[in-house]
Amino acid sequence: MTRIVHRRDIIPGQTVEMVLHAPAIAAAARPGHFVILRVHPMGERIPLTIADADAAAGTITIVFLVVGTTTARLAQLSEGEEILDVCGPLGQATHLVRVGKVVCVGGGTGIAAMHHIAKGHAQVGNQVTAVIGARSADLLLFEEELGRFCHEVLVATNDGSRGVRGLVTDALRRHLAIHPDVAEVVAVGPVPMMRAVAELTRPLGIKTVVSLNSIMVDGMGMCGACRVRVGGEIRFACVDGPEFDGHAVDFDELAARLTAFVPQERQSYGCLGVCHG
Amino acid sequence: MARGKIRPRVPMPMQDPLVRRGNFHEVALGYTREQAMAEASRCLQCTKPTCQSGCPVEVDCKGFIAHLAQGDVEGAFAVIRHTNSLPAVCGRVCPQEKQCERACKLAPTGEPIAIGRLERFVADAYYTSDACASAIAAASHCRMPQRDVRVACVGSGPSSLTAAGLLAALGAQVTVFEGLHEIGGVLVYGIPEFRLPKRIVATEVEHLRRLGVEFRTNWVVGQTIGLRALLERGYQAVFVGTGAGLPQFPGIPGESLLGVYSANEYLTRVNLMRAYEFPRADTPLPQGRRVTVIGGGNVAMDAARTALRLGALEVTIVYRRTQAEMPCRQEELEHAVEEGVRVRELVAPVAFEGDGKGWLAGLRVEHMVLGEPDDSGRRRPIPTGTTEVLPTDLCIIGIGTGPNPVLLRATPELARNRWGYIVTDPETGETSIPMVFAGGDIVTGAATVVLAMGAGRRAAQEIARRLGLV
Ligand SMILES: Cc1cc2nc3c(=O)[nH]c(=O)nc-3n(C[C@H](O)[C@H](O)[C@H](O)COP(=O)(O)OP(=O)(O)OC[C@H]3O[C@@H](n4cnc5c(N)ncnc54)[C@H](O)[C@@H]3O)c2cc1C
Ligand SMILES: Cc1cc2nc3c(=O)[nH]c(=O)nc-3n(C[C@H](O)[C@H](O)[C@H](O)COP(=O)(O)OP(=O)(O)OC[C@H]3O[C@@H](n4cnc5c(N)ncnc54)[C@H](O)[C@@H]3O)c2cc1C
Ligand code: FES
Repeated sequence: MTRIVHRRDIIPGQTVEMVLHAPAIAAAARPGHFVILRVHPMGERIPLTIADADAAAGTITIVFLVVGTTTARLAQLSEGEEILDVCGPLGQATHLVRVGKVVCVGGGTGIAAMHHIAKGHAQVGNQVTAVIGARSADLLLFEEELGRFCHEVLVATNDGSRGVRGLVTDALRRHLAIHPDVAEVVAVGPVPMMRAVAELTRPLGIKTVVSLNSIMVDGMGMCGACRVRVGGEIRFACVDGPEFDGHAVDFDELAARLTAFVPQERQSYGCLGVCHG
Repeated sequence: MARGKIRPRVPMPMQDPLVRRGNFHEVALGYTREQAMAEASRCLQCTKPTCQSGCPVEVDCKGFIAHLAQGDVEGAFAVIRHTNSLPAVCGRVCPQEKQCERACKLAPTGEPIAIGRLERFVADAYYTSDACASAIAAASHCRMPQRDVRVACVGSGPSSLTAAGLLAALGAQVTVFEGLHEIGGVLVYGIPEFRLPKRIVATEVEHLRRLGVEFRTNWVVGQTIGLRALLERGYQAVFVGTGAGLPQFPGIPGESLLGVYSANEYLTRVNLMRAYEFPRADTPLPQGRRVTVIGGGNVAMDAARTALRLGALEVTIVYRRTQAEMPCRQEELEHAVEEGVRVRELVAPVAFEGDGKGWLAGLRVEHMVLGEPDDSGRRRPIPTGTTEVLPTDLCIIGIGTGPNPVLLRATPELARNRWGYIVTDPETGETSIPMVFAGGDIVTGAATVVLAMGAGRRAAQEIARRLGLV
C-alpha cells in the first residue's frame, strides 16, 4: 500500500498530480522510469511515468490524465488514502550524457513525463530548451517548474491563448532554424505529436528520442502486450524502452495497437461505480 | 504379483466435459477418502521401490501411500512434506506419467498407482481437516527459532517458494521479493483456475508465512533494488528464481496485427487480472469467435481451454508435429479434446493475415511431414510447400519463452549461457556471483514445476550448509 502524501488538480476534472510515499522507488527512480499501479483488487495494472522523484523525502510524483476506468478511480482518491499496488521504477532510464543543446518537447500530459527527463538533461550539464504545447493556456502543465532549470520554455497553444498559436512542431521548427547545433530532441506526448516531431528532425539528422505509451500488463517483459516495432524488430516497451529512437519507430503500428481495447474500455468506464462499489 | 489379480486404478471423478467447458471450476474433482484408500491399497509396497527415484524431489511415494492406506492423512502428509513443499500443487500439475508413475512397478500393466492423485488427496485432506488445521496453526510455535541468518529469494514461483520453505524451516529469516502483486509465479499468472485453483496456491503460501517467510510484492529486483544491494543490505545469500517469462514470437509477417497475443498475455489477463470477470474486473479481454492456438505444450493447452471457456465458438490447436510429439501433459491434451478443442497436426504457421483494418482474419499455415528424429529425439517436421489459410480472429502464441530479462540486464556480471539463462554449478546451484544461487526456469529454460522445486531445494540445502543452519 502506498500513501498519497499530496494531491492536487492541475486541470480540474482532467489532470491530477499526486505525490506518493514510496521510499524504495524514489531511491531508485531515474528520469525515464515509470511505475505500474493498481487501485483496487479487481483493478487493472496501468503504467504512469515518474514525473519527479525525491529520494531524500522518499516520494515520487505522478501526473495523469483522466481517460478511463483506472485513472478515474485514481483521481477519486484523496490525500492520506492509499493506492493498492505501486510497482517500480520500471523501464530503462533515459540515457543522459552531456551533449550540449537538447530540446525537450512535451504535449498534453506528456509534459509531466518530459519534465523528469528535461531535469535529468539539465543535471548532466546540457542546455535544455523546453517546448510545450496544449490546446489552450488552461491545459498547460509545468510551465513554471520547467522554467526553473530550462534555458528557455517555448509555449504553443492551438488557440493562441498562450505562446505562439499552433502546434509544438511549429515552435520546434522555428527553434531548430535558429539553433542548428541542437544535439538531441526528446519528444513525449500523443503518438501523432511524437511522429510529427520525428518527421521534422529526420531530414535534419538530429537524434530524436520518443517515449512510447504502448498498452502494458505486467511491465516486466513477461506478456508482450507492449511490443512495438523499432527498426523492423519487435521490442518490448516496458523493458527495452519506453524510450526509443524516434526515427526507427513504426508509429502506424503503435497507433493501431493502442486502439485494441477501445470498445471494452468504454464498456468498463460505463460500468464504473455500477459494477463494483 | 500375478497380473490378473491387479485391480484397476480407481478412476478420478471429473466434471462432465460439456459442463466444464463453460466454467472455470476445477476439472478433476479429487478422490473421496474411500477412493483414496482403495487406490492406496493397490500399492505393492515393493521392497525396492523405483517410484521415488522417478520423482525429481524424491517423494517417498511408498512411505506416504502406506500411511494413506491406513487412513493416516497426517502421517502421509508428513512424509510428502519432508521433501515436497508444494504437494497440493504437484499432485495437480506434475507430469506423473513421465515421472513417478512411469517408474511404478505396475506401469507395464498400464495401471500404475495414481501417485499424483493420491498426493493431491493427502494435501487437500490435510489442509481442510480440522485436526490438521490445529497442527497448521501450531506450526508457528513449533518452527525453528529464527537465527540471525537472512536469505532473499527473488521471484515467487515454485523454485523460490521451495527454497524459502526449506530455509525457513531451518530457522533462517527469509524474504521473498516478487515483482507482481501476487505470490506464486506461473502457478498464479499462467496455470488456469480449472487446473490449479488459486486457493490451493494461497494455502501453500499461507503455510510458508506461518513458517516465518516474509513476502514482499511489487518489488522488482534489478529495478526497485539491485541484486548486489540485497547482499550489501545484510542478506547473506540470495536465491534467484525469476523464471522464463519472456514470450517468443514466431517472427512471421503480421504478428503485430490486433488479435495476435502471446499466451502469457492472454493467460495473465485471464488468471492474474481476472479478465474473465470483465467488466466486474477492469482488465479487458481479447474476445475471439474462432481461436487458433500455436504450440503443443501445457501453455498451448491452457490457452485453448481458456478460450473455450470464454465463449469461443471454435478453438483449434495448430502444431507442427503430431499429437504423439506434443510436450504437454497427456492428461491435459485428453481433457482439451474431450472439451471440444480441435487439434490440427503437422501444420506450421507462416503468416498472419489481416482484414485490411489492422485486425487478424486468418492464419496461413504450411503442411508438414515428419522426418528423422532430431536432437530432442522427436521426429523433425519438414515443410512441404503447400499452404492453407485457417480463418481466425484471435490467435494465441504459445511457442516458448526466454529468460525473464529484468534482473539479468541489471546484473550483467551474472554469467549466462548462450541462450541467456543463468549458469550455475549443477551440484550447488551457485552462480558466478558468490552466495548468489539460482534455479528453476531461469536456469533450465521453461521446464516443470517439480524440476523448479528440485532446484530450489538443492540450492537451499547448499545455502543452509554454508550458513551453518545444518
Ligand atoms: C510507459 C508509460 C508511461 C505513461 N505515463 C503516463 C503519464 O505519466 N500520465 C498519463 O496520464 N498517462 C500515462 N501513460 C498512459 C496511461 O498508462 C493510460 O492513460 C492509462 O493506462 C489509461 O488507463 P485507464 O484505465 O484510465 O483508461 P482505459 O480505460 O484503459 O483507456 C482509456 C483510453 O486511453 C487509451 N489508453 C489505454 N491504455 C493506454 C496507454 N497505455 N497509453 C495511452 N493511452 C492508453 C485507450 O485507447 C482509451 O482510449 C503512460 C503509458 C505508458 C506506457
Ligand atoms: C501456462 C503454463 C502452464 C504450465 N503447466 C505446467 C504443468 O502442468 N506442469 C508443470 O510441471 N509445469 C507447468 N508449467 C511450467 C511451470 O509452471 C514452470 O516450469 C515453473 O513455474 C517454473 O518455476 P520458477 O520457480 O522457475 O519460476 P516462475 O513460476 O516462472 O516464477 C518466476 C517469478 O519471478 C518473478 N520475477 C521475475 N523477475 C523478477 C524480478 N526481477 N524481481 C522479482 N520478481 C521477479 C515473476 O513475476 C514470477 O512470479 C506451465 C507453465 C505455463 C506458463
Ligand atoms: S508489458 Fe508485458 S511485456 Fe511489456
